[in-house]
Amino acid sequence: MNGIHDMGGMQNMGPVVYEKNEPVFHAPWEGRLYAIRRAMGAWRRWTTDHARHEIELLRPADYFRMSYYERWLASTIELMIKKGQITRTEAETGKPDPGSAKATPPLKATDLSAVIVRPKVARPDALVKAKFKTGERVRARNMQPLGHTRLPRYARGKAGVIHMDHGIYVFPDTIVAGLGEKPQHVYSVRFEARELWGPEASARHAVYLDLWDDYLEQI
Amino acid sequence: MSKRKKTPVGRRRFLKGAVASAAGLVANPQAGRAQQQHEDHDHDHQVVPSDPALRTKALESLLVQKGLVDAPALDLIVETYQTKIGPQNGARVVARAWFDAAYKKRLLTDAPKAIAELGYTMGEADDMIVVENSPKVHNLVVCTLCSCYPWPLLGLPPMWYKSDAYRSRAVIDPRGILREFGLTLPEDTEVRVWDSTAELRYIVLPERPAGTEKMTEQELAALVTRDSMVGVSKVSATKAGGQL
Repeated sequence: MNGIHDMGGMQNMGPVVYEKNEPVFHAPWEGRLYAIRRAMGAWRRWTTDHARHEIELLRPADYFRMSYYERWLASTIELMIKKGQITRTEAETGKPDPGSAKATPPLKATDLSAVIVRPKVARPDALVKAKFKTGERVRARNMQPLGHTRLPRYARGKAGVIHMDHGIYVFPDTIVAGLGEKPQHVYSVRFEARELWGPEASARHAVYLDLWDDYLEQI
Repeated sequence: MSKRKKTPVGRRRFLKGAVASAAGLVANPQAGRAQQQHEDHDHDHQVVPSDPALRTKALESLLVQKGLVDAPALDLIVETYQTKIGPQNGARVVARAWFDAAYKKRLLTDAPKAIAELGYTMGEADDMIVVENSPKVHNLVVCTLCSCYPWPLLGLPPMWYKSDAYRSRAVIDPRGILREFGLTLPEDTEVRVWDSTAELRYIVLPERPAGTEKMTEQELAALVTRDSMVGVSKVSATKAGGQL
């Protein structure tokens, strides 16, 4: 989706504001919300891809006026409703629906390793042939999907060189669309700044993106 | 919702009706910007209005009642990120690489394995890649699409890394960003920007500063800053980095 989240190369966003001695969380609720997200993720009803896309679905005006964790709050609730973990009524009332079953949380305070270690979800046990080789010139597809994608607009239609083959990963676009994992190779692709931004850009500047086979085409 | 008086839906459309009235769970549109724009002061006051705090509290209560989350597990997650996972982990890895050339080689070729040698379990999904700075090449890490960050080694990202300003400009004007951080690179240094668009996570191995030849590994680790491992600054031999 050509959403506001895809902001690489945009201008006029102001200076980078630096906060000295920044705390991990600026308020206790941010920590609680972060933890809720991790704990609800342990149910495996959705992946990071779904969570990212739910933030992308926020309206641009809302995206900008919300803080980082406010985006998380709004999107997490919506995601939990979509995935059947809570009902809209429960989200509205703050109380379990009458007669709803009580579950047992998959993540317990004793499972410290589960808290720190992310589950192996992105790398499937699939054997898929790589379409491209290191050193090969490729072009990022010019595509405008309405759903979730990890191919930023600023790279679409641009030519680059395969820098490294990262191996096989599941494909976020089809996962979020409900069309399966579609495992395929992911590559680090090097784009020269002049290819991305034009002849005014520095010759000593390159951008590397990690791109799936389905985002690339032969030149 | 019908039992309570109607809420002004338009202003809260982003919640699509979710999390609404019962606990006064209404978002304050101004809350976020206030948080993003303050700078350089201590946090002895409430930055975010209580609004999202109340909504989060109500959400946690609902999820606990439904048996979907375990409150002590939430405590543990918060505590872990506040005390155990942070830039001190990355600093140890960098110091080891500076100290031990064989380790550095392993780190640059198979980072997850080399990092695991120091006892940090990464989660298999987190495939780390270490990129090395030199006088000829300067690396900078960003996530233009969201907030991907090498959290197992650096903890959760700071606000500036997640900001619209950094995400939008890092790929098009990295030298401008670096100048704002006080770092002006020579013209002939190549800038490589790593946009974390997949599940790979990037961390910068900064240059070892001159004058640190006699330092121990622990002393070196104390110099390494978070910012240097994202690539927005260099490591100084005199300024202690520690937790930053």
